[in-house]
Amino acid sequence: MNQETGFLQQLFERKFGRRALFKSAPKAVLTASVIGASLGGAALAGTALAGGQKAGRNEDKSQAHHAEAGYETGTVGQVDIEKLGFDPMKMLRDFDYGQVSKLPSGQTLREYKMVAFNREIEIAPGVYFPAWTYNGRVPGPTLRCVEGERIRVHITNANSHPHTIHFHGIHSAYMDGVPGIGRGYINIGESFTYEFDAAPFGCHLYHCHSNPLKRHIHKGQYGGFIIDPDPAKYSGQEKEIAKTRNHQYEENKTFDEMVVVMNGFDTNFDGGNEVYAANTVAFYYMHNPIKIRRDQKQRMYLINMTEFDPINSLHLHGNFFDYYDTGTTLTPTLRKIDTIMQCQAQRGILEFSFAGYEPGLHMFHAHQSEFPELGWMSIFEVT
Amino acid sequence: MTETAQERPVRPAESSSPVMTWLAGILPLALLGLLIGLFLAVGPLGAFEAAFPPVEELTIERIALQSEPHQMVIQVVNGGPDPVTIAQVLVDDAYWYHSISPARTLNRLDRAEIVVPYPWVHGETHHVKLITSTGLTFEHEIAVAVETPKPDLGLFGFFALIGVYVGVLPVAIGMLWTPFLRRIGWQWMQFFLALTMGLLLFLGVDTVEGALEVAGRLPGAFQGIAIIAIGGVLAFLALESASRWLSGRYAGREDTVRLALSFSIAIGIGLHNMGEGLAIGAAYAIGEVALGSLLIIGFTLHNTTEGLAIVAPIARSRPKLLTLVWLGLIAGAPTIAGAWIGGFTYSDIWATLFLAIGAGAIFQVVYAVGKLMTADVKKEGLTVGSFAGVAAGMLIMYGTALLV
Repeated sequence: MNQETGFLQQLFERKFGRRALFKSAPKAVLTASVIGASLGGAALAGTALAGGQKAGRNEDKSQAHHAEAGYETGTVGQVDIEKLGFDPMKMLRDFDYGQVSKLPSGQTLREYKMVAFNREIEIAPGVYFPAWTYNGRVPGPTLRCVEGERIRVHITNANSHPHTIHFHGIHSAYMDGVPGIGRGYINIGESFTYEFDAAPFGCHLYHCHSNPLKRHIHKGQYGGFIIDPDPAKYSGQEKEIAKTRNHQYEENKTFDEMVVVMNGFDTNFDGGNEVYAANTVAFYYMHNPIKIRRDQKQRMYLINMTEFDPINSLHLHGNFFDYYDTGTTLTPTLRKIDTIMQCQAQRGILEFSFAGYEPGLHMFHAHQSEFPELGWMSIFEVT
Repeated sequence: MTETAQERPVRPAESSSPVMTWLAGILPLALLGLLIGLFLAVGPLGAFEAAFPPVEELTIERIALQSEPHQMVIQVVNGGPDPVTIAQVLVDDAYWYHSISPARTLNRLDRAEIVVPYPWVHGETHHVKLITSTGLTFEHEIAVAVETPKPDLGLFGFFALIGVYVGVLPVAIGMLWTPFLRRIGWQWMQFFLALTMGLLLFLGVDTVEGALEVAGRLPGAFQGIAIIAIGGVLAFLALESASRWLSGRYAGREDTVRLALSFSIAIGIGLHNMGEGLAIGAAYAIGEVALGSLLIIGFTLHNTTEGLAIVAPIARSRPKLLTLVWLGLIAGAPTIAGAWIGGFTYSDIWATLFLAIGAGAIFQVVYAVGKLMTADVKKEGLTVGSFAGVAAGMLIMYGTALLV
């Protein structure tokens, strides 16, 4: 089938109040997908869909005509974002800068508060997953700081199992967040403060390292940990690049920055994922394309936290990007590529631009074809 | 037993009032109702329920594959104790748009129909997976995708033809052994009666096996094994009491008793053949078997022996032609009905029940033929001839079943 019609149609459905349609008449789902087969069909259907029940009748006539285009992958319905407690669209550009103060030595101190607790989250319309979260969201908050700063992360375990936070970065063995080493398990009801200096700059992550490890990770205990480079430490061209990477500098605003955590959920606990996603909710950015501007450069912090599958990937449609593996360099490690593969816990920074493009929809998704059809399928709406 | 009863003084029934009798009968029921009411209202149930997550059990009963447009129509039933909500539908490991009627949430024993527009591929395998609100999955494999036949006249005739070939003709041909059986000696007759027993024993086991297989696919709530037990036992007892009534009524007229036995055999075999028809029709409808000519020939050979079994008890009493025709139709024609039912509106529950009734009927007939033989041999016990007959009967069935 033609993927283009698929997402055009989804876009159309979103615009014509698809959610309201599902609430009143779930049977109209099939209808909507059949009608929205082409732009012409969509325009026609616009009037039909405006009044719920009416759509059902109109669809019957056009069904034969559009039958061939009626095969649509995707979930039926919409996730209730209010009940979910976090909005994947806002989460995309939501960085937790912590509470900033100065230590007597003059070093900047950033403090973060984390609470681990259980939460049922809707990972696909109508599919509820009993997650273990940091701060009630999956992925947990994207912690962002600058290299050389002192970091303190206060964690309280309000969950029903012992947890830890294991940061990917440089720290002492005591602060490693691993059972049996240093502080080890943070038991139920206990609190602890992880403390270290932020290094090296890059796109990192944190996750729970409790046993059984697979379960603690795929239940949702992970998040992004981004250390911006400090321009004061570099000179020349590198200094300018570091400025665009550092959230405290005006140059950073030339980029539209977003965090995409590739994850999966094993809803029946059989050791394989039933749902794959970019930032937790299957097909979320298909139903709700991410708006990006042609006059702004794009920077994506891409983190693979998929459990069970050794690798995940991202492919961008109709464009190429520069890639900084782990984000620990100021010059790209790969230039002009349109697909990047990451193993578990691998991450990196993608930079690209749609300058000179016509406005339109550009997909990005995993290129293991199984994953996009199970939820890891997204769209940029270039404006 | 009788003696002990006589020793005891017979006590007159207490209080002759019928009202009191009925009240005494209802009292335990009223108390039971009160107990359940209290249990539900005051809530010790809460303590039982809270500790366990809900039990979800969905069974995909049937998937019809349609073309123009290509789509799957999935019939699903909730055979578990708790309500189940079907959240999404996956086909071949991909989420697909679909519609569900009447509702996404199925209470106990509720059914739903899911329509998924899907470009299924002829002759290939597809996997359907339903994911519930709790993330549990229920799967079904379409082994070989073939368009589900629509009930039109052509197919109706096709299934009828299969029924004729597999059921009616072989039974009729088998019955043509009547003149032969009439001419042979007493000992050979004994052998052929024993052969009939062997054939029927095999058919009985075969039918039970079929019933168990289908019952295994039933949702737990429908208690497939219990259906087999009830259907089998009731069929056995019904035929047994009918034959006793007949032999009581026509005591001394052995021909009539033997004729009744032949009808019993025909009914038992008819039910068995109906099960065979169901299996063939259903397998054809869901594309799990390609009916080759070898398969039809196999069934034909296999079922010819059934005709022999029907006429063995009455061969010597020169039955009327019309009687033979009736016997043949009772035993053979249900195959046609079975093929129709199996091909068009197959249901595992009904198939289990039919097969169970067939098994019960066949075992009753085995028992009846056994009794007849014992009467014939005048308490000589198991002769070499009858042993050889039973063995030959089972081996013939086994051998011809290899062809199927």
